Amino acid sequence: MRQGRCLVLACGALAKEIVALKAQLGLSDEDVALQCLPAELHNRPREIAPRVDEVLTARRHEFDRVLIGYGECGTGGALDEVLARHDAQRLPHAHCYEFFAGTTQFAEIVEAELGSFFLTDYLVRNFERLVITGLGLDRFPHLRDSYFGNYRDLVYLAQLDDEALQKQARAAAERLGLNYVYRKVGYGDLAAALAEIGHV
Amino acid sequence: MSDGEDIILRDLNDADLVEQMKDDLYDGLANEVHEATQILLDRGWDANDVLSDALVEGMRIVGIDFRDGILFVPEVLQCAGAMKSGMELLRPILANSENKASLGTYVIGTVKGDIHDIGKNLVGMMLEGAGFEVVDLGINNPVENYLAAIDKHNPSVLGMSALLTTTMPYMGVVIEELDKRGILANLPVMVGGAPLNQEFADAINATSYGRDAAVSAELARALVGRNR
Ligand code: B12
Repeated sequence: MRQGRCLVLACGALAKEIVALKAQLGLSDEDVALQCLPAELHNRPREIAPRVDEVLTARRHEFDRVLIGYGECGTGGALDEVLARHDAQRLPHAHCYEFFAGTTQFAEIVEAELGSFFLTDYLVRNFERLVITGLGLDRFPHLRDSYFGNYRDLVYLAQLDDEALQKQARAAAERLGLNYVYRKVGYGDLAAALAEIGHV
Repeated sequence: MSDGEDIILRDLNDADLVEQMKDDLYDGLANEVHEATQILLDRGWDANDVLSDALVEGMRIVGIDFRDGILFVPEVLQCAGAMKSGMELLRPILANSENKASLGTYVIGTVKGDIHDIGKNLVGMMLEGAGFEVVDLGINNPVENYLAAIDKHNPSVLGMSALLTTTMPYMGVVIEELDKRGILANLPVMVGGAPLNQEFADAINATSYGRDAAVSAELARALVGRNR
C-alpha cells in the first residue's frame, strides 16, 4: 500500500465528505491517506483520545503531517493532550456542526434558537442507527421527551443539495417532534483544512 | 419480569424485597419499584429508610455501572424513571415527617448556552435522596438566575452543570461573580458534567467537582457538614 505524506485521521462521520473533498481538490492517496475511527465514539467521547493515541503511536512516523478530523468533541482537553504529544493538528472547532456551518453561522443559529438539534448528511443517512438506536429510542420510545423536550428545531446542516436526504431529514424532525429547518452549508471549514494540506 | 418468572413482591420478606427493588430499579421497572415502595411503607418502614436503603442504594449501583460503561444513557434514564416512581410516594411523606433529615437547600442548574439536563436531573434526584431540598433552575441559566436563586433560597450549596466545551467556561464566570460579591466565601460551589475534570474545577476555583451522581451526593453532604 502506498502511503501519503499526510494522514487524515478522522471521525467516521466525516469519511464520505473527506473522500469527496479529496477528489474535488485533486488530492491523491499518495498525498493524503485517510483513516477513520467509528462514529459511535461520539456518544462515548472519553474513548476518542485513547483511540487516536493508539493510531498515532502506530503510524505517526509514516507521515510528514497529520490532520485530525475531529473537533474538541467533548473530550475535555484529553484529545489536545494526545495531539500535542504527536505533533498533530485538529480542526479548531468544538464539534463538526460548528466546522460545517462555520463558527459565525453556527453561533447565529444557536443565538436565534438555542433549542436546535443538528443533523449533517452523515447523521441523516445514519439517523436510525446513531440517533434512534444510539439513544435507545427504539427500545424506549417514551424517552423521546427526556432527550428532546428542551428542543424546538431540527436543523439540517446539509453538505450536499440532495432531495432524498432532505426528505429523510424532514421525516427525522417529525419523528422527534421538532420543527424542520434546512440550511445548505456545504463542507464549511473542513474544505479549507483539507485544501491547506493540499498546498504543503 | 421479562424472564417469565413473575415474582410476587408481597410474598418476599423485607430483606429480599429490598434486594428485588434494587434489581428492578436497575432494570428500569417503574411499576415494580412503585409497588415495592408502597409495600415497605405499608409494613411500617420509615420513608427515609426506603429512600436510602432501596432507591438511593439502587441508583448508586446504576451509577457505578454507567461509569464503567456497562450501562448507557437510555438505561440510566429508565432507572431514573423507576427511582422517580418510588420517590413520588415518598416525597409527600418526607415533606411532612418531623424527623426529616434536611441538609438545607441545594440550588442546581445547567449553565447559559447549554440545554443538556440528563446528568443534572440525576444529580438532583440523588441529592434529594441524600436529604437536600433541591431547587432546580433547569437549563440555560445566566449568572442572574443563580444570583436570584441564592437570594431567594439561601442555599447551603450551589451546583452547576455543563456538557459542552463551549459552555464550561461560563461556570468560571459565575464563580467569579460570586466571588466579587463576597458570596463565594460562604457558599460552596460544585460543578459537574461529562467533559469536566478535577483540573478544570480547580482552575475555575470551584469548591468541588462531582464526577457522578453518587459521589456528588456524598461530596455535598461532606460540604455542609464542614460548613456547619
Ligand atoms: C444525551 C446527549 C445529548 C441529548 C441531550 C438530552 C438532554 N435532555 O440532556 C441530545 C441528543 C438532545 C443532545 C444534543 C446535543 N448534543 Co449532546 N450529548 C449527549 C451525550 C451522548 C450524553 C450526555 C448525557 O446525558 N449523559 C448521561 C448523564 C447521566 O451523564 P452526565 O451528563 O455526564 O452527568 C453525570 C456527571 O457528569 C455528573 N454531573 C453532571 N452535571 C452535574 C452537575 C453537578 C452540580 C454535579 C455535582 C455533577 C454533575 O453527574 C451526572 C450523573 O452521573 C454526550 C456524550 C457523552 N457521553 O457525554 C453528548 C455531547 C455532550 N453532546 C454534544 C453535542 C455536540 C450536542 C449537540 C450540539 C449535537 C447536535 N446534533 O445538535 C446538541 C446540543 C445542541 C444545543 N443547542 O445545545 C457533544 C459536545 C461536544 C463538545 N465539544 O462539547 C457530546 C460530548 C457528544 C460528542 N462527542 O460530540 N446531546
